[in-house]
Amino acid sequence: MSVAPADVAKIASLARIKVTQAEIEAMVPELNGILAWVDQLGEVDVAGVEPMTAVIPNQLRLRADVVGADPLTGGNVRDAVLANAPAAEHGFFGVPKVIE
Amino acid sequence: MSSYRIQGATGEWEVVIGLEVHAQISTQAKLFSGAATAFGAEPNTQVSLVDAAMPGMLPVPNAECIRQAVRTGIAIGAVINPWSRFDRKNYFYADLPQGYQISQLYHPLVGEGAVTITPDDKKPDETKVIGVERIHVEQDAGKLMHDQHPTMSYVDLNRSGVALMEIVSKPDMRSPAEAGAYLAKLRTILRYVGSCDGNMDQGSMRADVNVSVRRPGEPFGTRTETKNVNSVRFVMATVEYEASRQVDVLEAGGKIVQETRLFDPDTGTTRSMRSKEDAHDYRYFPDPDLLPLVLQPAFIEECRASLPELPDAKRARYETALGLSAYNAGVLTAEAETARWFERLIAESARRQGKTEAEVARAASNWLTSELFGALNKLGRTLSDSPVSPEAGAELLALVGDGTISGSIAKQVLEKMLESGDAPGVIVEREGLKQTSDTGAIEAAVDAVLAANADKVEQYRAGKEALFGFFVGQTMKAMQGKGNPQLVNQVIKARLG
Amino acid sequence: MSELTDLGIAAIRDGVAKGDFTATEVAQAFNAAVAEANPALNAFIVTTPDHALAAAQRVDAARAAGQPLGKLAGVPIGMKDLFATKGVQTTAASHFLEGFVPPYESTVSQRLWDAGAGMLGKLNLDQFAMGSSNETSAFGNVISPWRAAGDNAGRAPGGSSGGSSAAVAARIAAAATGTDTGGSIRQPAAFTGISGIKPTYGRCSRWGIVAFASSLDQAGPMARDVTDCAIMLEAMAGFDAKDSTSLDLPVPAWSAQLSDDLKGLKVGIPREYRIDGLNADVAKSWDDGIAWLKDAGAQVVDISLPHTRYALPTYYIIAPAEASSNLARYDGVRYGLRDLPEGAGLQDMYAATRAAGFGSEVKRRIMIGTYVLSAGFYDAYYTQAQKVRTLIARDFEEAFRQVDVILTPTAPSAAFVLGQKSDDPLEMYLNDVFSVPASLAGLPAMSVPAGVDRQGLPLGLHLIGRPFDEQGVLNAGLAIERRAAFTARPEKWW
Repeated sequence: MSVAPADVAKIASLARIKVTQAEIEAMVPELNGILAWVDQLGEVDVAGVEPMTAVIPNQLRLRADVVGADPLTGGNVRDAVLANAPAAEHGFFGVPKVIE
Repeated sequence: MSSYRIQGATGEWEVVIGLEVHAQISTQAKLFSGAATAFGAEPNTQVSLVDAAMPGMLPVPNAECIRQAVRTGIAIGAVINPWSRFDRKNYFYADLPQGYQISQLYHPLVGEGAVTITPDDKKPDETKVIGVERIHVEQDAGKLMHDQHPTMSYVDLNRSGVALMEIVSKPDMRSPAEAGAYLAKLRTILRYVGSCDGNMDQGSMRADVNVSVRRPGEPFGTRTETKNVNSVRFVMATVEYEASRQVDVLEAGGKIVQETRLFDPDTGTTRSMRSKEDAHDYRYFPDPDLLPLVLQPAFIEECRASLPELPDAKRARYETALGLSAYNAGVLTAEAETARWFERLIAESARRQGKTEAEVARAASNWLTSELFGALNKLGRTLSDSPVSPEAGAELLALVGDGTISGSIAKQVLEKMLESGDAPGVIVEREGLKQTSDTGAIEAAVDAVLAANADKVEQYRAGKEALFGFFVGQTMKAMQGKGNPQLVNQVIKARLG
Repeated sequence: MSELTDLGIAAIRDGVAKGDFTATEVAQAFNAAVAEANPALNAFIVTTPDHALAAAQRVDAARAAGQPLGKLAGVPIGMKDLFATKGVQTTAASHFLEGFVPPYESTVSQRLWDAGAGMLGKLNLDQFAMGSSNETSAFGNVISPWRAAGDNAGRAPGGSSGGSSAAVAARIAAAATGTDTGGSIRQPAAFTGISGIKPTYGRCSRWGIVAFASSLDQAGPMARDVTDCAIMLEAMAGFDAKDSTSLDLPVPAWSAQLSDDLKGLKVGIPREYRIDGLNADVAKSWDDGIAWLKDAGAQVVDISLPHTRYALPTYYIIAPAEASSNLARYDGVRYGLRDLPEGAGLQDMYAATRAAGFGSEVKRRIMIGTYVLSAGFYDAYYTQAQKVRTLIARDFEEAFRQVDVILTPTAPSAAFVLGQKSDDPLEMYLNDVFSVPASLAGLPAMSVPAGVDRQGLPLGLHLIGRPFDEQGVLNAGLAIERRAAFTARPEKWW
């Protein structure tokens, strides 16, 4: 499969990466080169093969329903949560106004 | 069952409704982090580094969320999938810190089930089965506030990562009443199970309402999805508004756009959501931070065994084993809280009166549904904050049962119980409300009434038998309601006979 | 005290314990070496001499008080800047995270500090660990301490753990952490003549490591020799309830059980790795490795891993797909860069921020990952790749019925000149051709120095083991190390 400039623009938009027309033009052959290369996977016979779900046999562990059992993954750390925010006001993160 | 039809200018239309109900799972901690889930906390205080999607943070699932979703699935007779897994739903929004929601698309925890509804309370025997497609477990998003700052929206992540069950119905509903009944019934079941508190005003439960219209018998039309509708009444209003809006569009030669809409409770209308207009491509794929979720048979069995008696079973038992009317059985099982109260009432009544529960249940159910509910209603209260306990209610019923007080005195006693919180026996004693069975006193009262109403006695004897009640009423009045009604009747009959 | 910087983990730990020198002296020596070398090598993004000193002083105090010392007591190490370090800037070598100071410590780094190690600084890497030459860093590329004979051109230290490999090879860190997604520990180790092991997927907690591709990422040690790798891995590994994919297994005493006696061991030589046009020096070092393992008592067996040729394309679907999602959190809302053009809305802010915060290789991989997951392509690319991945893992399972360890070259060439491959992404990707299959199967694998090529540049040999059998990999590595007698080291030019 291959991509055209319009496809690249659409992917960039889905990925929320602003691209100029010149960047799109440059990406088209690059991405097509990579896609043509990965397309060879299509030739592998995978009939009856399950997609890999766990690389090492291991089961999903569940944790007990306890608040703050490990302080590293518990709440009540607002200062830490907001410490690196580009815009934090009154205990909130600020973003450009959204119209819903 | 009568069909709900919209009469358009060009003929009849049928509405087709499916609901995606998001129910917050009742847990202490979030789905993938140890932050608390309590409602109403200060902004961003119930947020862990995991919920804020700090670099390198990882999800670890909360067992209770899985357990409650499985119990809910069993409660609606659904298939429990022993192998499920979490997927990522990728999109960008300020309330979604990871840039993806951890959900379950390809292999949900719970498969097909069903919910039986009674769309019309007044016709308790008319039921309909609404199919449930699936229940999956997923993260809730945070909350945006738009009115705090002129150019900014504020983000509060307290809800971010709270566990939700998404309960997806089949498009089996055909009227606003059915949609409302389905949501109400689902809430009842969740509360019985204890998997969700069902508090819709706090956002614990909300519905995405999918509505389309079609000519009866034709294939489904294009649907719209109205997001986050948070009451039974609003769901019904959404369906009503959307259906008639769509009929208007179609009859004017237009087409329905598949879109996301928002319900406005102030106007009862829906409008298109601008921010969600983007063509979506969620790029779902299995979350590589989480392994497949494998449930052992013993775990599923434990979930099954831990379920209480569910509303449909309870309602049937109330009708067959306790002999209640279909209406009363419906009212008493509609809320888990009500049924619990009623069951304590009849247990205590049976104990006090030395009877079986079946023997006391009818009178107890009538008293509860007509007397107590009515009285609480006047006070603006509900059973959960009733000043009268089931034990006090049983004592009152026992006083009526053994003839200590009459039914009409019981009404007075109840009012005093609600006012003072005192036990009925205390009130009866203090106010001297005991019924009298003293034949002499009754005969004296009857004789006085008959003597004072000689003309009416003549009329009665001439054949105007309806006057019998008048004599009873006058006698009871003279005795301040305390005469044993049976004895009063007997004496009057004897004197006039 | 410059000779102290010649010492590795075991020597420093033992010397401190015996009182031959103090941990503080060691830390000072390494801090000085870092200060001297870093302007030339650019191995560290930030240096943290105070952290190293404070840790050393704690060790000296503990020793003076007669308290037991940790496995890495007094050992100053470099920390790849992919590990979150509390109070110390953590960037993943990205402009996006420049200035980001985590309020938390990654599990692995915490375990290392608990074992008595100190931090010399945060090591440079390919941006978000995406690259094989360390040229994608937003903080400039690392220059390998190695130079080809008679050629002063700057060489790649490998990637993505290029700061780690350069620092250890240049003797400005006793050891360093690395992370490996498709070869990011092993290829840089091979390029710089050091040892590095990627353990079984799940041995080391991923909590607090900036994620690249979750199903592949594994942390591991990069050190002077096999013994040091074993000691350091013992400190790094272990169950962590905060990582759902963490293995709930005890950590074996790998270093105590090291042995180069391979009698009874079967070593597999996969024929598919003998690719067309294999570099003659690499082929020769592979043959040397076979001879050394035989000499150590192992039996060498030809094996087949038939789906090997599909490993790289499989990797370049799965890793970008996971990365495209893992990197969605870098949106300018909660931390890191925010680029808010005049009048921009939320979605415009995302696009501008991410365009400014990510380098071109990161963007390229996000674009590929977004594409292969998008509607209409998911099954053809992602699902197909996960099926082929199953086949690749099965190839290894089959092979491990016959053999105990697999020997291959680590990389198809020695270190190349910086800039030589940076214009052609596919050419760059081919660097990982030998390391990626073990990553896809989650297997333990390590690179050990095997000699130098005709230009005098190091070459590495690559050992792949069964799941959980780090010991087998380390023992075979030790056998090679002892026989290769690799003593070459970069001449100091900085």
